[in-house]
Amino acid sequence: MTVETLIALAACALVGIGLYGLIVQPHPLRKVVAFNVMGSGVFVIFGALARRGAAAGMLADPVPQALLITAIVVAFAATAMTVALLLRLIESTGSASLAAEPPSADGEAR
Amino acid sequence: MSTEGGLLLAAAVLLPFTGMLFGMLAGGRQAQRIAFIVMPLGLVVAVGIAGTWLDGSGPVVYLLGGWAPPLGIALRADGPAVAMLLAVAGVVTGIGVFALADFGTPKGSAESRAAYSYWLLLLAVWGSLNLVFVSGDLFTLYVALELLTFAAVPLVCLGGSGATLRAALRYLLFALAGSLLYLLGAVLVFGAYGTLDIAQLAQRVQPEAASWTMLALMTAGLLAKTALFPLHIWLPPAHAGAPAAASALLSGLVIKGSWFLVVRLWFDAMPSVVTMPAAQLLGALGAGAIIFGNAVALRQARLKLLVAYSTVAQIGYLFLMFPLAFDAAAGRIAGGLALSGGIMQAISHATAKSAMFMAAGSIYSALGHDRVADFAGLARALPLTVFAFGLGGISLVGLPPAGGFLAKWWLLSAAVTSGQWWWALVLLAGGLLTAAYVFVVITRALRAPVAPLLVAPVARYRELATLGLALASVLLGLLALFDLRGLLVGRPSVGA
Repeated sequence: MTVETLIALAACALVGIGLYGLIVQPHPLRKVVAFNVMGSGVFVIFGALARRGAAAGMLADPVPQALLITAIVVAFAATAMTVALLLRLIESTGSASLAAEPPSADGEAR
Repeated sequence: MSTEGGLLLAAAVLLPFTGMLFGMLAGGRQAQRIAFIVMPLGLVVAVGIAGTWLDGSGPVVYLLGGWAPPLGIALRADGPAVAMLLAVAGVVTGIGVFALADFGTPKGSAESRAAYSYWLLLLAVWGSLNLVFVSGDLFTLYVALELLTFAAVPLVCLGGSGATLRAALRYLLFALAGSLLYLLGAVLVFGAYGTLDIAQLAQRVQPEAASWTMLALMTAGLLAKTALFPLHIWLPPAHAGAPAAASALLSGLVIKGSWFLVVRLWFDAMPSVVTMPAAQLLGALGAGAIIFGNAVALRQARLKLLVAYSTVAQIGYLFLMFPLAFDAAAGRIAGGLALSGGIMQAISHATAKSAMFMAAGSIYSALGHDRVADFAGLARALPLTVFAFGLGGISLVGLPPAGGFLAKWWLLSAAVTSGQWWWALVLLAGGLLTAAYVFVVITRALRAPVAPLLVAPVARYRELATLGLALASVLLGLLALFDLRGLLVGRPSVGA
């Protein structure tokens, strides 16, 4: 087994754990963490692919690295936005629950 | 090579974003002014692209910086992209005029944070959608999708109440999970085929386990963003809770972005990878959305939630075209009548649904509530708005000459010619259910009131903007008189 395959397998595990957490964990902050774990998995796969697809004489394919930086910035922005929204939610309702609220509220079905 | 007029594609993307950045710097009242400068300019650019496309023989192409793929990035506009660019420019302008009543800052009144955010986000949604339509590369499309999400989520919680914040957070989490799945698929595409360019990918891709995995991952992610049944649970609270001018953008336009990307993947990037069972599965999810969404819409007591569930159902029609477009003889998905029907459905839903959300917003601000049961006398108090709502409903139901009729007619014809009669049943049943909830609202509004109905005045231009979009949706069907089908169907492949 080559190093790239090993890294890619580990990355798959990260994606799986992250996706599981994103679906199963009820608390939004845990979901954010799970999102980042899953994201890291995707980025690591990209890194392993860059290494495998390296052109002759080069250590690694540069294109995935350039794209990777962009993807990391986007994921960072997404995390920041989620946390900001979460803080606003706690500020205005006093709880971080995503569950539907009692029927008296204006935004939900009656 | 860039084709003649290719620079217009860059302009279509840059114009709204430049406007947004200047608006952000200039602040408050200026953001609205800049938005109203960008709207006519954006319309002109969209019309210019359509003209260039009609004159030329293939898609309009622009290579950024003159670099050809796979190193460079290409912007391309083919028939569906041109149609969507035009539709979005028109709908954004209509919504912008309507939004003046909620988010306008007339002379002498104080500037508000919600208004400032709204105009910037309107431009951001427009720019991101244009980027989704013209991108020719899977990674640029990823960035465009994320921009669209980042612009759409704050629109949900402009009101700032706890319920809308919760809806926005749920929407964001769904969208983020979806975008990571999409990115994972795109990364694997690069690993397997060494390119992210759609035209090059279409030539290199092979029907094998790896490409099925990629397509499944990317599609699953996009379905979460499009809110296709059963991943729709975030949509009704988000779309119903937002201010009307924002709901119209979200329901009419934003969901079409990720849907259009599914079309790009299935029809342009990986047509040979698609299998009949996969296309049937997508159609089955669409059928589920139509039946479930319409049935739940019928049970809603509040107008905005009714319209939001109707969006869940109409998204289903957008996915019926995938099995109908499958060419069983060739064993691959092919454009044709079903694709035209799908694009027409997207455009007629964009116009009709924005008009219906705008009408719901006017009704809410006039009555102070949107309980359908208490609508008696409304048709006399707000005739234009109720008429616009009815026209939008006609388009959703699919009565001639509405755009929705043309879309469903093309889809039905495709179902008949390809021998897939079961989708025709779904189409017809969906139309009946849609008619039921539209008529419930209209008949309640036409009833004589028990006591005189007290309504707050609604600005005339606001009613006219709603009516304009509703009329556009109804008159879209007249395009059948021209050779529009040839325009969408006889499209040269993106790779040409």
